[in-house]
Amino acid sequence: MSIESDYKMEYEAEKKTDFVKVAKSSSFKQLIKARKKFIVPLTIFFFIFYFMLPVLTSYTTFMNAMAIGDISWAWIYAFAQFVMTWILCIVYVKKSASFDKQSNQIIEEQLKKEE
Amino acid sequence: MNLTVIVLFLIIVLATLIITYYAAKRTQTTGDFYTAGGGLTGWQNGLAIAGDYLSAASFLGIAGAIALYGFDGFFYSIGFLIAYLVVMFLVAEPLRNLGKYTIADMINARFDAKKVRGAAALSTITIVIFYMIAQLVGAGALIQLLFGIDYWIAVLIVGVMMTIYVLFGGMTATSWVQIIKAVLLMIGTLIIAFLVFQRFDFNIMHMFSEVKTATSHGADYLNPGLQYTVPLDTISLMLALVLGTAGLPHILMRFFTVKNAKMARTSVVTATWVVGIFYILTVFLGFGAAAFVGESQILAANPAGNMAAPLLAEALGGDFLFSFVSAVAFATILAVVAGLVLSGASAFAHDIYGQIIKKGKASDRQQMLAARYASLGVSVFSILLALMAQTMNVAFLVSLAFCVAASANLPVILYTIYWRRFNTTGAITAMFLGLLSALILVSMSPNVFSPTEGAAIFVGDPIFPLTNPAIISVPLGFIGGYLGTILSKDQDIERYAEVKVRANTGYRGS
Repeated sequence: MSIESDYKMEYEAEKKTDFVKVAKSSSFKQLIKARKKFIVPLTIFFFIFYFMLPVLTSYTTFMNAMAIGDISWAWIYAFAQFVMTWILCIVYVKKSASFDKQSNQIIEEQLKKEE
Repeated sequence: MNLTVIVLFLIIVLATLIITYYAAKRTQTTGDFYTAGGGLTGWQNGLAIAGDYLSAASFLGIAGAIALYGFDGFFYSIGFLIAYLVVMFLVAEPLRNLGKYTIADMINARFDAKKVRGAAALSTITIVIFYMIAQLVGAGALIQLLFGIDYWIAVLIVGVMMTIYVLFGGMTATSWVQIIKAVLLMIGTLIIAFLVFQRFDFNIMHMFSEVKTATSHGADYLNPGLQYTVPLDTISLMLALVLGTAGLPHILMRFFTVKNAKMARTSVVTATWVVGIFYILTVFLGFGAAAFVGESQILAANPAGNMAAPLLAEALGGDFLFSFVSAVAFATILAVVAGLVLSGASAFAHDIYGQIIKKGKASDRQQMLAARYASLGVSVFSILLALMAQTMNVAFLVSLAFCVAASANLPVILYTIYWRRFNTTGAITAMFLGLLSALILVSMSPNVFSPTEGAAIFVGDPIFPLTNPAIISVPLGFIGGYLGTILSKDQDIERYAEVKVRANTGYRGS
C-alpha cells in the first residue's frame, strides 16, 4: 500500500470517527485514570531513586562505609538500581496486560461501531 | 597485526554483506526501507534496540572508565540503563501508536505544521551528527591500533561499510546487523566476565578486596568522586544520560519496525534485560582490566582508556580472544553507525523532502530515491567531519548527543502525548530553546575552553563551568514549550482528543 492512500484512508476515517466522544466516554476516562495512577507514582519513584545516588555520593561520604566486606553502601545502592529496573520491568508488563484489555474493549465497543 | 584479527574482521564484513544482499531483495517500498515493513517481532526488535544502543561508548568507553576511575565509571552504566524506564513508562507505546517513520511524524499527529516538522528534523540531524562523529572517531582509533593503518583509511572503511548496508538493505539489513552484533557483544562480554570472575575465585567479595590494592588510587578507587569532583556536573551528566535515550532519534525509530504498541512494549522490555545484563558485566570488565592489565598499560594504549576491554581479552585469553573482542568492537560500531545513517536520512528524505517540500505527495519511487540519496549524503558528510575530528574525546561527543536529545526532543515528545493545551508555537519554542541552549552552553564549557594547552579545542577560561549543560538546557526546553504555549492563543482540543485516544488505545495507529 502506498503512503498517500494510507494517509487518505486515515483522513477519511478521521472524518467518521468522533474522537472527542470517545475521549469523553466513561470507559476511556477510566483507562486514562488507571494509567495515571500506575505510571505517575512509579515514574516519580524511579527518578528519585535514581538521582539520590549521585546526590548522596556528591554531597556526602557516608555511603563509603563498608556494607559487606570491602563492598561499600554506594556499590550496594548502585546494584539496587539494576534490581529496581528489572522489578519495574516485570510490574509494567503485568499491569499493561490489563490496560490492553481495557483499550481493546474501547476499540470494540466505540471505535469499531462507528465504521 | 596478526592473521586471526584479519580473518575475523573479514568474516564479519562478509556476513554483514550477505545479510545486506538478502535484505536488498526485500527492500521494495519506502516502508521497507525505513521500518523493515513493520515486520519485526518484539524479541527481534528488542535485540536490535540493544544492538543499536550499546555503542563504542558503552563497550570500549565504560570498560575503560571503570578500569581507570572505579565507581565513577559505573555512573554511566546506571544512567544508560535507567533511561530505559523513561522510554518504557512514558514514550515507547504512545510513540508507536502515533508515528509512522520518524519522531517528527509523531509530533505531526497533533500539528500539521511544516515549521514543527522542520524543527524536529533539524534536532534529529544535529543529534545524529554528534553521535556519528563519536562512533567514527572511535572506530578509526580502534582499527588504526589493530592494523596499524592510517586513521583516515580506517574511517573510510567503516564509512563505506555503513553506507552499503543502509543504501541497499535499508532497515532490514540494519536491523539484522544490529541483532547479530547484540548477540556477539553479549557472548564476548560474558566470556570475558566469566574469565575475570574465575580469576577472582568466583567470589565477589574477593574481587572487591583485590581491586582495592590493584590501582594507584588505593581504596579511593572503589569510592565515588575520583573523576567527578564537581557535584553539579555529576548530577547534570546523570540527567542527560537518563533523559537522553527517550529523545534519541535512532533508538525511537526502532519502535516503528514492529506492528503495534504491544510489540513495542516487548521490544523495550527485552532491550532493558539485555542492556541491564550488559551493564552489570561492565563492572567485571573494568575491574578485570584494572587488576590484570594495569593502569599504565591501559593508558599507554589510549589515554582515555578505550582499549581496556580488548587488552583485558588479550591478558585473559591470549591472541584469539583479543582478536575476537576487537572484531566484536568493530561489529558494534558498524551496527550503530548504520542505525544513525538511517535516522539522519529519514529526517532529510521523509520529513524535509517528502513531507515539507513535496507535501506528502511524492510517489513511492521518488521517496525511495530520496531516502537513498539522503543516506549517501549523511554518510559522506559524517565521514568528512570524522576525518577532521580525530582528536575529539568520544565520550564527550556522545554525552553531548544525549544532552541535545534530552533538551530538544524529550520536552516536545512528552508535551505532545500528555499536555492538552500544547500547541504549534510551544513545540517550536521548546525545540529551539532546548537545542540552542545545549549547543551554546557546550561551546562555552570546559570541553571547548581549557586554560591548559591541548586539553580542549581552544585555550582560555571556560565561561560556563559545567562540562554537560543538561541541568540548565533540559529545564529550558520544558520552560520554552510551556511559555510558547501559553503566550500564543492557538489550540485544538479536538485534535488532542484524537491524539489521546490513539496514543492510549492504539486504534488506527499508523
